[in-house]
Amino acid sequence: MQTMIVILALTGLALIGYMTGRGRSLVLARGVTPLHSLPSYHGLYVAFWVGIPALLVLVLWLVIEPRIIEWIVLDGLPSGTVDGLAADRVGLLLNDIRNTASGNIASQKDNPVIEAAATQLNNLRAIGFVLMAVSCAIAGTGGLVLAQRRIAPGLRARNSVERTIHIILILSSMIAILTTVGIVLSLVFESWRFFTKVPIWDFLFGLDWSPQTALRADQVGSSGAFGAVPLIAGTMLITFIAMMVAAPVGLMSAIYMAEYADPRFRAVAKPMLEILAGIPTVVYGFFAALTVAPAIRGWGESIGLSVSSESALAAGVVMGIMIIPFVSSLSDDVINAVPQSLRDGSYALGATRSETITSVIIPAALPGIVGAVLLAVSRAIGETMIVVMAAGLAANLTINPLEAVTTVTVQIVTLLVGDQEFDSAKTLSAFALGLMLFVITLALNVIALYVVRKYREKYD
Amino acid sequence: MMSNTTQATAAAPAAAPIHSVDEPRGGDPRPATATAVKIKARDVNVYYGDKHALKHVDLDINENEVTALIGPSGCGKSTFLRCLNRMNDVIDSCRVVGDITLDEADIYDPSLDVVQLRARVGMVFQKPNPFPKSIYDNVAYGPRIHGLAHNKADIDDIVRQSLERAGLLKEVHDRLDQPGTGLSGGQQQRLCIARAIAVNPEVILMDEPCSALDPIATARIEELIDELRENFTIVIVTHSMQQAARVSQRTAFFHLGDLVEVGNTEQIFTNPKDSRTQGYITGRFG
Ligand SMILES: Nc1ncnc2c1ncn2[C@@H]1O[C@H](COP(=O)(O)OP(=O)(O)OP(=O)(O)O)[C@@H](O)[C@H]1O
Ligand SMILES: [Mg+2]
Repeated sequence: MQTMIVILALTGLALIGYMTGRGRSLVLARGVTPLHSLPSYHGLYVAFWVGIPALLVLVLWLVIEPRIIEWIVLDGLPSGTVDGLAADRVGLLLNDIRNTASGNIASQKDNPVIEAAATQLNNLRAIGFVLMAVSCAIAGTGGLVLAQRRIAPGLRARNSVERTIHIILILSSMIAILTTVGIVLSLVFESWRFFTKVPIWDFLFGLDWSPQTALRADQVGSSGAFGAVPLIAGTMLITFIAMMVAAPVGLMSAIYMAEYADPRFRAVAKPMLEILAGIPTVVYGFFAALTVAPAIRGWGESIGLSVSSESALAAGVVMGIMIIPFVSSLSDDVINAVPQSLRDGSYALGATRSETITSVIIPAALPGIVGAVLLAVSRAIGETMIVVMAAGLAANLTINPLEAVTTVTVQIVTLLVGDQEFDSAKTLSAFALGLMLFVITLALNVIALYVVRKYREKYD
Repeated sequence: MMSNTTQATAAAPAAAPIHSVDEPRGGDPRPATATAVKIKARDVNVYYGDKHALKHVDLDINENEVTALIGPSGCGKSTFLRCLNRMNDVIDSCRVVGDITLDEADIYDPSLDVVQLRARVGMVFQKPNPFPKSIYDNVAYGPRIHGLAHNKADIDDIVRQSLERAGLLKEVHDRLDQPGTGLSGGQQQRLCIARAIAVNPEVILMDEPCSALDPIATARIEELIDELRENFTIVIVTHSMQQAARVSQRTAFFHLGDLVEVGNTEQIFTNPKDSRTQGYITGRFG
């Protein structure tokens, strides 16, 4: 909240910088020498000089200040409180102090030492804020004055502004990339920890999945089995069923929309189809669990098949319905992108509409269609809610769609809900599963790219 | 027949079509040459929505001749051409009224199969539009959908023959499996011509087939058109007077949706009857 005020003030200052910079260059523009850059560039130049140094100060401050304050607080604790404590205990203590300071519930209530430390923390924070505001203001006005001085007809403000914008854009994309890298690295490291407890071989090729490990050392029996094959098989089974529904229906509806439908019908139907993609997956989930699964069970039993009440078929079919719009909407776009001249060429040779579609349009649109389908596959593999609700939890290794199966995502959810010990093999296996899911999706995307490129060589 | 002409005059008195002397009328055979009439258009009107794009057009296309359609941009040349193989059916807003016969049979007869019509009346477009397939498959496309060949050898023959007749075989014989889109513009256009003649049509319609090509490629296509005339009836839209003069035997001049004048190419270019034709071919407007 307080930081927001500083940022707002800085924005105001930058605005002032823009006005004055522009104003000053306008004054200069009346002189003899022509301006190198337009006045608005001079304005931006000053605004950047105000905003960027101050923002840097702010960020640095926000990163460093808490460290220093904690250090001071710990240092100020009565001697002997911290000595000899393990690092995580110190962390707990600090947490208590922080919670007391901000008035939250702390585990050690009414401990005078902590109370005192909390008061000190609050004081330090108040001082820190004032200092931060002042230094930001100094940086901002400093930049303002400096930039104002520099404004001259020959100043290459446009070039500086362009370069600054360039750097800002690079930094923004770096944030996205670094976040991804960070997530992947954390997955890799946690998985590494898991593989030190459970051999990677057992994980990748084990046929048994029952992640119950002993809670206490004296418990017997449940040592846990972490074979991921049943989960992969379950995921693949459900994805396969989903694609059997989504790929043909999506593709055919895309063809209908793009090639046959009346424009008026299309204007209504296409958004309607896209609404399917907007339904929350949890709604699909209970639709699958409460409507489709019992219905399938009913049909199965009426023809004498035994169907479990949670079946891969129910989850797969509903998931397929959910991803129809992914396939159809993207395919529709790529089919529409096929040039009309190709259709004309085909019709002029006496081809019928369906001949034109199967022999000219689909081949020309194939890279895009493959891309759409593979995107839908990754979506199906990563989908969680429907399978949690409708596919079951039992890690059966089966290809019978009428039985309950479980998927990688479902297991990750069940491994991590509730109170967990954060370094047990059970919890860590979630990271290994996540990593595996990531690798599979990545591989799919790579294959998709490859296929698209291969066909593009052939069809462009 | 007379009533048609009267109607045309009544509808647009200022732009009444003036037919040249040798324009066959009322089924009279043309005395000058003994060629038969292949396509007969009578009182053809085309509307795009409310826009009256083609007005009361009467035109005969002779067999084994090249007929050139000329006129300023937007005058309805392409529109007329597309009537002849019913490509206008593809455009939703387009409505065609009037009689067009191919070998005396009405092509807008509801009982006529448009697929068969287009097999008899092929078309080559302004921009080369090879399919994103191999050169071979481009040419084999038509014969396959029309079931013209029963085995691979037959199709091979048709493909080679068509490429040969389109003057392309020499250049591509060793890369028939390469994509047709990888050819040069002129080669692509000849590929499109090969594709059109592979179904062995009787008429070939060409809509500015050389407008995207350089002079050398254009010259090749013009030569080709002249050779093809022996076996096909050709209708070509062109913006180049020289091209019309070089390749065609008859020329029709369109202006603002009217067929202004039609006659022997030589006569149109040396001795036009209508002042608008004169103005256009001498470059005063258009
Ligand atoms: N699909 C369409 N929808 C609406 N109007 C059209 C359509 N196609 C053509 N027209 C109109 O019909 C008239 C004739 O068009 P056409 O394409 O036949 O002209 P053109 O003589 O071939 O011209 P160009 O030499 O530029 O190719 C034009 O006024 C054009 O705007
Ligand atoms: Mg045209």
